[in-house]
Amino acid sequence: MEVLSILLEWGPYLLGGIAVTLGLVLSALVIGFILGLPLALGQVYGSRPVRALVSVYVWFFRGLPTLILLFLFYFGVFPALGLDFPAFVVGATVLGLRGAAYQSQIFRGGIQSVAEGQMTAALSLGMTRWEAIQSIIIPQALRISLPGWSNEYPELLTDSAVCYAIGVVELMTRSSQIVSQTYLTMPIYIACALIFIALNYGGMQMIRKAEERFAIPGFGGTAVQS
Amino acid sequence: MDPITFFIQILAPALWQGLLITVALVALTAPFGLLLGTGISLGRQYGGRALQAACSGYIFFFKGCPLILLLFMLYFGLPSLGITLPAFTAAVIGFILCNAAYNAEYIRGAISSIKDGQMTAAQALGMTRFQAIESIILPQAMRRAIPGLSNEFIYLIKYSSLAYMITVIELTGAAKIAATKYFMYNESFLAVGIVYLALVTLTTYAVSLLEQRIAIPGMGTKNLI
Amino acid sequence: MKGEYILRVENLHKNFGDREVLHGISFDVKKGATLVFIGPSGTGKSTLLRCINQLTEPDRGKVFLDDEEITGCGARISGFRQRIGMVFQNFNLFDHLTSVENVEIALLKVRKMKKENARAKAMEELRRVGMADWADHYPAELSGGQAQRVSIARCLAMDPEVILFDEPTSALDPELTREVLEVMKDLARSGMTMLVVSHEIGFARSVATEVIFMEGGRIVEQGPPLEIMNNPKHPRTREFLGRIEHD
Repeated sequence: MEVLSILLEWGPYLLGGIAVTLGLVLSALVIGFILGLPLALGQVYGSRPVRALVSVYVWFFRGLPTLILLFLFYFGVFPALGLDFPAFVVGATVLGLRGAAYQSQIFRGGIQSVAEGQMTAALSLGMTRWEAIQSIIIPQALRISLPGWSNEYPELLTDSAVCYAIGVVELMTRSSQIVSQTYLTMPIYIACALIFIALNYGGMQMIRKAEERFAIPGFGGTAVQS
Repeated sequence: MDPITFFIQILAPALWQGLLITVALVALTAPFGLLLGTGISLGRQYGGRALQAACSGYIFFFKGCPLILLLFMLYFGLPSLGITLPAFTAAVIGFILCNAAYNAEYIRGAISSIKDGQMTAAQALGMTRFQAIESIILPQAMRRAIPGLSNEFIYLIKYSSLAYMITVIELTGAAKIAATKYFMYNESFLAVGIVYLALVTLTTYAVSLLEQRIAIPGMGTKNLI
Repeated sequence: MKGEYILRVENLHKNFGDREVLHGISFDVKKGATLVFIGPSGTGKSTLLRCINQLTEPDRGKVFLDDEEITGCGARISGFRQRIGMVFQNFNLFDHLTSVENVEIALLKVRKMKKENARAKAMEELRRVGMADWADHYPAELSGGQAQRVSIARCLAMDPEVILFDEPTSALDPELTREVLEVMKDLARSGMTMLVVSHEIGFARSVATEVIFMEGGRIVEQGPPLEIMNNPKHPRTREFLGRIEHD
């Protein structure tokens, strides 16, 4: 069948897009984490101006559509700063900055869920605030945040497809390219959808395993909503 | 062209037109997305085995498939199967399908947070399952689902921007076109950004007012997002 | 009434997995009787009540309400449930409705009464249990005893032929327990047919027309309260009552 032969011919190219998509997602998760945790700490423990700044940051990056952020950074901000980076970098940066905004709120919830008494006990043992935060609060907060944080993965995965709009050659873009070459629209799109769904499912399974490994007995961590 | 003239003569009118389209997209999607989402979550919770599987499958597919891909399938893909939809229609359909999947999850979470005793008591009084769902379960579940549903509504406002990818000239499209034509990128996207932020912020405020309005003592709307 | 007995239970069996919870339970209930079921926790008493109004389906056995069989009747069970009231340990009041709305909702939805009539009847029943002043309060605003009284009113509004009480006071403090037991005593005296699962031995002694001691899913002994309390025949009954008296 013609459909089958086209799929076989272009399959590898399409599947190659998985690496780019996952690259976007993982970069965004990492940037989001590295930036998000300090933002959360700033919101919980920081002074008034710090809290205000973080709030504005979160409001900005959560309130804008991903597409607008991508256009803004790709056509506006990066060129204005004289930066000539490939679209992938812009995409990963935008997704990362956005991810940090979301993750900061998840971590903030986690930090605030750690009982008051924990900090009190730590201080009474002679720890400084910062030491307490580092060794008592953050480890617990991260574990509590795990279910919410893991919801970031499916979010980022579906959001990564929007990077098509600035020409990142990930899964979505590749399907589009194949379609324009072969005129075989639905089968290609469906194949692409199935790949995304598989990545979604596979990723969530791995996260579930991680959750189980890191669970602390007695710490209700609700199962990840899939 | 200086920025002021650009804003007044080009961008503002363009954004206004775009805003009307965006509002139309959201206004058409929201009610149907809510209805479909409610139906699917009820099917998932109370249906027979086949219906439950179908509803689970629906949620699984439409949450896992990127919206932009779905829009492409509806607008560029369907014609090859003989169905040609106008861009606006394709966008609304895509949004409804996606919105419903997320709504279904929030509503299902809300339904399962309702104590079993409520259904038991309703049935003990002689209500059929249908009557119990209609007058006891759903009223409570919908209240609890408000945080999640309003969260999803705000997402809808934002992902309406993807309609531009299938040639619907809503807010994002209007900004991009103006930006590209006049080389005013930062200005255009920041301006449209402010419009989106205003929409989102106003909606968030309206939702919190709504929550206060319909609050019932003892029934927190705090729940599971 | 057709026969002598308003409720007949014949040979009920119920398993949960491989645990046999009810072993061939049979008894008859005359109109106006108050049956109190006592026995160790987890011996199937609650399951028995739920098998009577088919909230739990028994594996074997039959239940007859006024000589009509209600086991295995499919969708018609809703109709029968309207004639059997149930009061739960956890009240199960509808959280999104006020007291009066809780009492009238079944009248509106199931009996399809007119709004004014339903409201009037609901208020009447609330007055009967002493909760008329709390008509516009939500369940979260009521104490346990108040909530339980509202749930009794909710049952009464349907004019049931039998009311099943599933440990109605087990979730209440002693003071709140008293106010609910008072309402139940009034009901019994007014001629309502009641099946009560309870640990309240004093209630059984003063109000029951028959006491049934159950253990391990079986009826061990049954009879008038004075007989069972003062002269229990079966050693297990004696042992159980001995333990209870010392609490």
